[in-house]
Amino acid sequence: MIPELGHFALILALAIALALGVLPLWGAARGDAALLGIARPAARLQFALVAGAFACLAWAFAENDFSVTYVAQHSNSHLPLIYRLTAVWGSHEGSLLLWGLMLTGWTAAVSFSRRLPEVFAARVLGVLGLVNAGFLTFLLFTSNPFIRLLPGAAEGNDLNPLLQDPGMVAHPPLLYMGYVGFSVAFAFAIAALLEGRFDAAWARQSRPWTLTAWLFLTLGITLGSGWAYYELGWGGWWFWDPVENASFIPWLLGTALIHSLAVTEKRGAFKGWTILLAIGAFSASLLGTFLVRSGVLTSVHAFAADPSRGVFILALLVAVIGSSLLLYAWRVPRLEGGGLFSDVSRETALLINNVLLAVVTATVLLGTLYPLLIDVLGTTKLSVGPPYFEVVFVPLMTPVVVVMVVAPFLRWKRHALPAIVRQLWLPFAASLVIGLAGAWGVGVFSVRGVLGLSLATWVFLASLQLLQQRLRGTPAASAVSRLADIPAAWWGMWLAHIGIGVFIVGVTFVKGLEQNADVAMKVGDSAQLAGYRFTLQGIDEISGPNYTAIQGRVQLWRGNQLVSMLTPQKRVYTANNMQMTEASIDAGLFRDVYVSLGDAPTPDAWVLRLYYKPFVRWIWAGCLLMALGGLCAALDSRYRKRNKSEAA
Amino acid sequence: MKLKALIPLIVFVALAILLGWSLRHDPRLIPSPLINKPAPEFALPVLHQPDTQMTLADMRGKVWLLNVWASWCVSCRDEHPVLLEFSKRQLIPIIGLDYKDKRDDALAWLNQFGDPYTNSIMDTAGRVGIDFGVYGVPETFLIDKQGRIRYKFTGPLNADSLEHVLLPHIKELQGA
Repeated sequence: MIPELGHFALILALAIALALGVLPLWGAARGDAALLGIARPAARLQFALVAGAFACLAWAFAENDFSVTYVAQHSNSHLPLIYRLTAVWGSHEGSLLLWGLMLTGWTAAVSFSRRLPEVFAARVLGVLGLVNAGFLTFLLFTSNPFIRLLPGAAEGNDLNPLLQDPGMVAHPPLLYMGYVGFSVAFAFAIAALLEGRFDAAWARQSRPWTLTAWLFLTLGITLGSGWAYYELGWGGWWFWDPVENASFIPWLLGTALIHSLAVTEKRGAFKGWTILLAIGAFSASLLGTFLVRSGVLTSVHAFAADPSRGVFILALLVAVIGSSLLLYAWRVPRLEGGGLFSDVSRETALLINNVLLAVVTATVLLGTLYPLLIDVLGTTKLSVGPPYFEVVFVPLMTPVVVVMVVAPFLRWKRHALPAIVRQLWLPFAASLVIGLAGAWGVGVFSVRGVLGLSLATWVFLASLQLLQQRLRGTPAASAVSRLADIPAAWWGMWLAHIGIGVFIVGVTFVKGLEQNADVAMKVGDSAQLAGYRFTLQGIDEISGPNYTAIQGRVQLWRGNQLVSMLTPQKRVYTANNMQMTEASIDAGLFRDVYVSLGDAPTPDAWVLRLYYKPFVRWIWAGCLLMALGGLCAALDSRYRKRNKSEAA
Repeated sequence: MKLKALIPLIVFVALAILLGWSLRHDPRLIPSPLINKPAPEFALPVLHQPDTQMTLADMRGKVWLLNVWASWCVSCRDEHPVLLEFSKRQLIPIIGLDYKDKRDDALAWLNQFGDPYTNSIMDTAGRVGIDFGVYGVPETFLIDKQGRIRYKFTGPLNADSLEHVLLPHIKELQGA
């Protein structure tokens, strides 16, 4: 009964979404207040209905209702409750329902914003309603999670063991919050194009939404990277897998968008760019969904390919993106250009970075779609792997970071070139020296090592310099009140840029200094790696709720001191006989020691894979700083105060 | 309407056509021009004994699978347990073509996840992969007793595709 209620709620939500997508937009065009008034209640109602449907599916998982096909395929009565609940979004149908939940959630959140002019709010909500109607149609007609299995199964197939991990509990919701969050920026852009109103107030209203979406996407990608590190069992943190790229492409465009919005708000420039990036970021989210869900690319995430689903998403993609780009082409030439600026100015710096980020996006997209493209051309068959991305990514991102460091020092409109050189040469030269010396000192003396350390040092030094300069310029009396006077948005920028530096440090050291070894060990044997001694104390057989495992007890020694006891496992999940490696990690701020358990070459010996990963946590710490920066910027008080000129 | 403003739309239309085209061509079902043709000749060092070489002629008279894999290939991880399970049934020799890989990484990979291969050969430069028209890793070729490619599977195998797609072909060829 409950699954039918969920199904029914989804159908009702589709009806509401259609009404929301049509009536307020019509009302806005005709100036009909009654139709406009529908927008806010409809947005909330559709959220309540989709949330209800989601709760029904969660209930079916919690109660082990194996008469629901989706539950029978992806759950098992021995699966712990927490994983039964997260299994709701563990596969195609449920993750689309989560998409829908997020989308209606964002829509409902916009409906509570009282800062937006009534007609504009109705247009934004209407656009979101249309998108949601498309998604719910997709969900109901090709991917309904409530379909019954008659007669019901006695036991379920179990959730993919790769997904039975705490990281997996939070990864998809965060990622989708980001993905779907760009729909708000998108709806703002479309509403602005429809209305022809595209000013500083528009940009200011759009910024906190965009920043929030961006910060969730950052967190989602970070968590996904951490999950791969723990769960895939070979210590990598990024694989340039199509599914990862599908989340990275909107991130790159979103990063360009939040910067472009800043210029639009402050200077009224880059209007065309901002609109295009807002459309682009959400389009990339949709494209990502298409790539992941249609199965046109093979990937580790290996979702079932169902041609009808692919066709449907493609149609949705064409309808949403095609119509918005058409609208863009029609309306954008009418936008007046923004303020003028000279060759050396903050506008120029941000423009350069926008262009560079767009190029990086195109490069990643090209690498991801290359197998398809080559296949169309039908010439030589080639495969694209991490080597391609590593070769093109670093040279393209290096100038982005350089410009990122310089831009905050530049004034809007114009800045004298000699002045900026005078201001920045000393920390720049110091960074080069520190980078060279540091790289030589720790043994990463290569082009990449020196480049990475110099860049990171420059980011840190310049950030200090920027803070010092900011404090000098403020007239307030005490240092504390000066600090307090700095707006949160500035802190956000500052933290996020430092995050980039921290990230670079992590990548440079991991790439340059990581060590690993595979050793066959018997109980009692020891092995050495990077100054640590690993002693295999014993091998135990243990059993978990839905798996049995072999667990190694490995003592980690440094000199005569016992650092920790590591327990890598090799699990066999009983329901589907799948084997999984659970690495055991002694984590630290400056290094991780990582052990995973391999096969047994002879009956009494085991292969242990040992890793030493210096500074690997800095990679994620840098990403978290970026997300924190996004949070600070989104919470800036000027987004919450109602501006007089806006109210008018 | 300025032409410049249409550029994003044009780019997107091109992209949509590419995506639409690729939808009709499931990557797992790409017909290889080599189907029913003799497999390309090769002589490659064996992974476990790099001093010895293996050639196409060594497999003459047997129906066998050539599975293209690499330690850097993430999808291969997905396929691996399936292949491991399948190899235990000893229905057919499985030769691994370790594609564009380092020997140490490849050995470590097999040590960690298990070795389903009767033998693995190293295609470090990727030349043989190109001869076979390898489109992406993993790929699996079914080769008959006369050394002709009879079937090609692109992308990771799963239990279902092995049982219902490959196995019937294998049975048929082994019976011939």
